[in-house]
Amino acid sequence: MKIHEYQAKELFRSFQVPILQGFVAKTPEEAKAAFEKLGGSLAVIKAQVHAGGRGKGTFIEVPAQRGVQLTKSGDETAAAAKNMIGNRLVTIQTGSAGSVVNQVFVEQGCKIARELYLAVVVDRAAKLPLLMVSSEGGVEIEKVAEESPEKILREHFDPAYGLMPYQVRKLCKKLNISGAAAKSAEMFMRKLCELFVKLDCSMAEINPLVITEDEKMIALDAKITFDDNAMYRHPDLKELRDIAEEEPAELRAANSGLSFVKLEGNIGCLVNGAGLAMATMDIIKYHGGAPANFLDVGGGANTQQVTEAFRIILSDANVKAILVNIFGGIARCTTIAQAIIDASKEVGFKVPLVVRLEGTEVEEGKKMLHESGLAIISADNLTDAAKKVVASVS
Amino acid sequence: MSILVNSNTRVICQGITGKAGAFHTKGCKEYGTKMVGGVTPGKSGETVEGLPVFDTVEEAVDKTGANATMIFVPPPFTADAILEAVDAGIEVICAITEGVPVIDMVHVYDRVKRSKSVLIGPNCPGVITPGQCKIGIMPGYIHQPGKVGIMSRSGTLTYEAVWQTSNLKLGQSTCVGLGGDPIVGTSYIDIFERFQNDDQTEVILMIGEIGGDAEEKAAEYVKNHVTKPVAAFIAGRTAPPGKRMGHAGAIITGGKGTAAEKVAALEAAGIVVAPSPAEMGDAVMEALRRKK
Repeated sequence: MKIHEYQAKELFRSFQVPILQGFVAKTPEEAKAAFEKLGGSLAVIKAQVHAGGRGKGTFIEVPAQRGVQLTKSGDETAAAAKNMIGNRLVTIQTGSAGSVVNQVFVEQGCKIARELYLAVVVDRAAKLPLLMVSSEGGVEIEKVAEESPEKILREHFDPAYGLMPYQVRKLCKKLNISGAAAKSAEMFMRKLCELFVKLDCSMAEINPLVITEDEKMIALDAKITFDDNAMYRHPDLKELRDIAEEEPAELRAANSGLSFVKLEGNIGCLVNGAGLAMATMDIIKYHGGAPANFLDVGGGANTQQVTEAFRIILSDANVKAILVNIFGGIARCTTIAQAIIDASKEVGFKVPLVVRLEGTEVEEGKKMLHESGLAIISADNLTDAAKKVVASVS
Repeated sequence: MSILVNSNTRVICQGITGKAGAFHTKGCKEYGTKMVGGVTPGKSGETVEGLPVFDTVEEAVDKTGANATMIFVPPPFTADAILEAVDAGIEVICAITEGVPVIDMVHVYDRVKRSKSVLIGPNCPGVITPGQCKIGIMPGYIHQPGKVGIMSRSGTLTYEAVWQTSNLKLGQSTCVGLGGDPIVGTSYIDIFERFQNDDQTEVILMIGEIGGDAEEKAAEYVKNHVTKPVAAFIAGRTAPPGKRMGHAGAIITGGKGTAAEKVAALEAAGIVVAPSPAEMGDAVMEALRRKK
């Protein structure tokens, strides 16, 4: 689960990770009031969407407006807010349709001495949380990782003890941070790592992380992704979810316990198991087609869930054919067959349906489909299924 | 021989009184696995499928001589269940449960690593040595005793590979579902080492997927330490960056972990990579042919 910058900063505040003062605003008037409340001569207004790359992002409706802007008056802040709120921001991470901005964050300005990059992730290879810091702040970290990986410093830490002071000293030495700034860095980094573990984050990223002219380390940006599997122990964090930021079909699927990702193609896929679902997309592409989605109905799927899966696939107007690929393990072929029959009664299949069943109760499942009289193209194996579904759309 | 489990393995089920635990205990027992009991705190004295239920793993080991366990307890209790099995000295721990928080696994992994236990999973189908011992949720009948050692991060894709190798009359020595989570107890490399040292295994099939760099590391290991023929498949060639493909681990981030990178690393290590999931069996045949 992702949250907005302003929400992440609220959490930073509660863990004593230093941030600047700021207010969230939903209207230009609120944005103006926020500027005035901050009381300075300079503020930064930032569009709140879950995607990164906002500074360089532009609005479809107001191409001259960027997703992040410095402002020097309440009126200027209100004008920027007017350009942002309700409009669609396109960044390198949003895709061409952009993300609608529903709120902005108006934050104090500060005098920046240095810009850094910082992120905490769980390193799968080391099986430990990992703090990464780079002297190259404010730029695309992927580029730094590619071109000069030595500029990214890494410190693993044990979640039971947190990041140790000596680890911060090592980092500061290499980054040439000393004096009051080093002291500020120690508190900043250790508190952030504590937040990471206690709130079950899967990623926390700050770009840029700055050292101010008065030698304080401050998070100018804040991105947090939580581990969905751990949300049961953080009921308060669940409330930070912004469903407006999520793909409606993916949200609907998640509510039915299905794992769904929308893609660009025209062949709908319904598969059990994540690996097999990915492989089914791959084989469609291998035979010249394009998958419209990733959809894993899971192991214990019941008829209702599978019927809902069909509804979701068919709600995509791009879908010109559907491939059902089931290798029954826990999931039984008869369950899937019944769902196909139910779904056809309820929603009707106006597009070709190719079905490949294998595994638990396969003969009974095939028999049910055959006896239903539905116009189903049955396939004997994966290649046969992929070829038939690709042929049906071309 | 086979690896990890065989006809002498004595298995308990943690979470045996739950729906999934009871259902799969029955399935494993019917397959011929030596199921010897189960554990559910507070339910000692009950029986499931004719097997005794105990309050603690320690007691179950004491009374039944169990040396393997399959875990079906819900995610909030999985870390505890794994550590209890480690504490009781269980040799092979299969955590089937899906949805365990990653930070829990950081703690668990550290403890498992310092013990004599092997942890398979979580979020995995389990382990099977065809004809001898099935621990987990895979459909038993698609397997056939034979020569292919199979390991995978995905459940149903493993079934696909098993099915193909059974149809080619190659059969399997042991199939290990490593699990789809970012942190799992056992790596490809751990299993490569076991298959390399196993007489029954003549060829190894590794099924990988996008995300992370475990496949690249495995390729490096194969290059230096594995003399047996190896075939592979990588799922997710068509997956877009930044989107999680079901498994918590299957996500391309920062341009890393793409299928293309993985395939290149595998091929550079002399591994035969199947271009499509329908050709995993053929890739195994090709790997066998090339080594002759």
